[in-house]
Amino acid sequence: MGLSNMDELSFTDSELDNHVRNALKDAIQGDCDFYNQLVAVIHRKEALVTEEVALLVTCLKAMTGAVSCVHIVHHRSLLAAILSMSLWDYGTDVMDALVELLISLASSNGDYVDLCLEMLVMNFMPPPAHSARGLSRKIQVLDRVHSTLEDISNLVPLTPLRLQKIVRDKMPHIYMKEHVIMIYAENILRLESGVMGELVGSTGLVALMDKLIEFDVEISWEDIVQDDFHKDMFDIELEDLENPVDDIVQDGDELTRDALIQRFLSSNLSAQKLDSLMVLIFEYLKSCSEGGRLVQVFETLLQSFQKTTLTAYKSKFAQFIMFYACSLDPDNCGKMFANALIDIYVSGLNPVWRMSAVAYLASYLARAKFIPISFVAAMLERMVSCCFLYCENQDDNINPKAHKLFYAGCQAIMYVLCFRLKQLLVIPRLKSQLLLMRIDDVLKHHLSPLQVCLLSIVEEFLRLVKENGIFSLPETLVEHGLLESERSRIFGGIERLDMFFPFDPCLLRKCDSYIRPNYVYWSMVRSTYYEDEEAEGTSDEDVAEGDNGMNIPDGRSHGEGDSDGDEIDSSLDKMSITPRDSSHKFGGRMRRFTQMPSKIRPSTSPESL
Amino acid sequence: MAGLEECEANLVVYLHPSKANCPSDAILSELSSLLFTYNETFGGVVLAYDPSIRSNLAKIVPGTFPCFGVQLKAKLLLFNPKPDMVLEGEVVKLTPNSIHAVVLGFSSAVIADDDIRDEFKHKVKGGEEVYVSRTHRKHKIKVGAILRFTVKSFDEEILHISGSLLAPHTGGARWLDKNTDEWSRVDSTATKRDTDKLLINVDTSMKNGEQIEKPKKRRREQS
Repeated sequence: MGLSNMDELSFTDSELDNHVRNALKDAIQGDCDFYNQLVAVIHRKEALVTEEVALLVTCLKAMTGAVSCVHIVHHRSLLAAILSMSLWDYGTDVMDALVELLISLASSNGDYVDLCLEMLVMNFMPPPAHSARGLSRKIQVLDRVHSTLEDISNLVPLTPLRLQKIVRDKMPHIYMKEHVIMIYAENILRLESGVMGELVGSTGLVALMDKLIEFDVEISWEDIVQDDFHKDMFDIELEDLENPVDDIVQDGDELTRDALIQRFLSSNLSAQKLDSLMVLIFEYLKSCSEGGRLVQVFETLLQSFQKTTLTAYKSKFAQFIMFYACSLDPDNCGKMFANALIDIYVSGLNPVWRMSAVAYLASYLARAKFIPISFVAAMLERMVSCCFLYCENQDDNINPKAHKLFYAGCQAIMYVLCFRLKQLLVIPRLKSQLLLMRIDDVLKHHLSPLQVCLLSIVEEFLRLVKENGIFSLPETLVEHGLLESERSRIFGGIERLDMFFPFDPCLLRKCDSYIRPNYVYWSMVRSTYYEDEEAEGTSDEDVAEGDNGMNIPDGRSHGEGDSDGDEIDSSLDKMSITPRDSSHKFGGRMRRFTQMPSKIRPSTSPESL
Repeated sequence: MAGLEECEANLVVYLHPSKANCPSDAILSELSSLLFTYNETFGGVVLAYDPSIRSNLAKIVPGTFPCFGVQLKAKLLLFNPKPDMVLEGEVVKLTPNSIHAVVLGFSSAVIADDDIRDEFKHKVKGGEEVYVSRTHRKHKIKVGAILRFTVKSFDEEILHISGSLLAPHTGGARWLDKNTDEWSRVDSTATKRDTDKLLINVDTSMKNGEQIEKPKKRRREQS
């Protein structure tokens, strides 16, 4: 039987079935003629004409019926040819025939299950040489891949177990092209929401979160943050005049600031990939929330968070997945997250992770607009009572190294209060709850947390406390004006957990647009204080208003362009006067809070006052 | 059903020191890692376990980190299909060349067309695929029905069974149960070789320890 015979398609289907069977059996015996022709047909893929397509389809169908004759060793080349086919290269006829063959192979013999599953998972991504042929091809391929996976799992019930491992192993590494990573991630999420979701989905989701951390670690802030920036950062609260999307008012300052950050991030491929990947996950979480299954997904995310994000060194962006998920369901997920964090702080095992957890908690409670203030009060109460119990029996005096957890807790309490004090005082029930918490006792204890915690936070906190006439704490500190003291550096340790504010504004542009509506910016909070202070004159401390999350574009003074630097310096000058004056400069916009300031500074840098 | 056996095992589970405050959870999770995998020591796939911990004392084993070993007795349910055992499973797919079934919800079984006796013919009725017996019209194998088949081989890694419907006591379980007299008597139309094979199988399964050669010889002489 020569090749010409095959091309003429002179066989009926059942005749071809028999020929294929015989070819397979003969190949085992050593007679490979027809077998080799079969392999050659499978290998053809370039620009197939209709007859060739028909031949390919018929051969695939014939093989589907003959899988019981296929031998994993003797028919190596045939199997290799079939398994290296990519659905993306063919039309729907061939796709259908191929997936039928895969189902048949996988269910006929245990040896082929893993091979078929691997081939299907590789088909999540288009082959490298594939030119983007548009959405329709993608839909055709992926629909078939997923339905085939389901069909195989109906026949081979242990498929999800094997698939878990394969999905994790075949995940593209972070240096691959963005579209490949994105399409693989889409497929993982599709598996998660599919029938095998319970089994394969959570592994896939965890693998995605791990990938986010990998990207996060790749993006280093050394390019934008210079070591000695803090010298210039005093007294700067850069009211970022970043306009909301609809506002068309342009300001030269905004462009430069925004441009600076965007220039860095847009040149950084990892940042772009991370941005797109996070947005993909955000959209998926939104659809889960609409489908009512956010809580199950959230539990997986929370476990992954505790395992990798919390323990990673100062994760920059990945934690915003949790923030967004919480914002979609504040009552369940929002509270679950906070409770998990405080449990780790109160009764965790590893001290570094406990400090990290309380930093996350503080930043979360401060920044999440959607958390009811009563819940914030409840969390505060737990933090305070934990610190109180700790220091009750301590005879020691100030010792930053020995009582790290205590100082971390105190700093967290003060940080949350800097943001939420006003809201708490407005409600009488919460005000009295606050006053009963024994915060004074904790902060005035001879362990001297006020002298150890980050100075900028302490000063801001004391200023607020004095303004609102609550607690009985010293008005100012002795070491006024310094950015930070040696002591906070000690308690923060090598990791500098004293300056870790993980939910400081997200610097990835696309992500930020999702986070923004649920986010509390410092200026929003501060302006409420200024409302009350209209009559008051400026105080020395006005200049030191900046909060740790403050918007200090570190890169500015050592910015990438001289012109940028000049503009920034001038705007900095404007800012170094009192807020009231600066609000004049900016047309009183701050007062009217029409602009939402955004913070630019990465939280890993030392905060300014 | 053949292939399922219960056994009692004396086990020692070694736990990491961090699990010292919740050993029972750790033991259960260790045991659950055995599930649905073939275990050579036990000689089967562990399907279920029922541990009973004998004492509160555990021996600390020195090593890189000191594990402690908890002794326990566990009742295990094992699945170990051997060739020629008769199993039952639910049919999930029928094709002109094969029948696919799932046994106990986790093990996939396939019967290739070479192993389906000629009695069964593949038909498509009303869009549905079905295998019908040529001799007994009511004997059908449909998707969703329970299939009784003999085991040819068992792939221990993926827990995949290769089965056969050659023997007369295999086929649709419901029909077989209702019509035992139809298939249990020796079918006169069957070939001599088939008959011999059947009788030999029956003999070997009943006789323990006796030589198997004897019955074979006797039959040949008689026929």
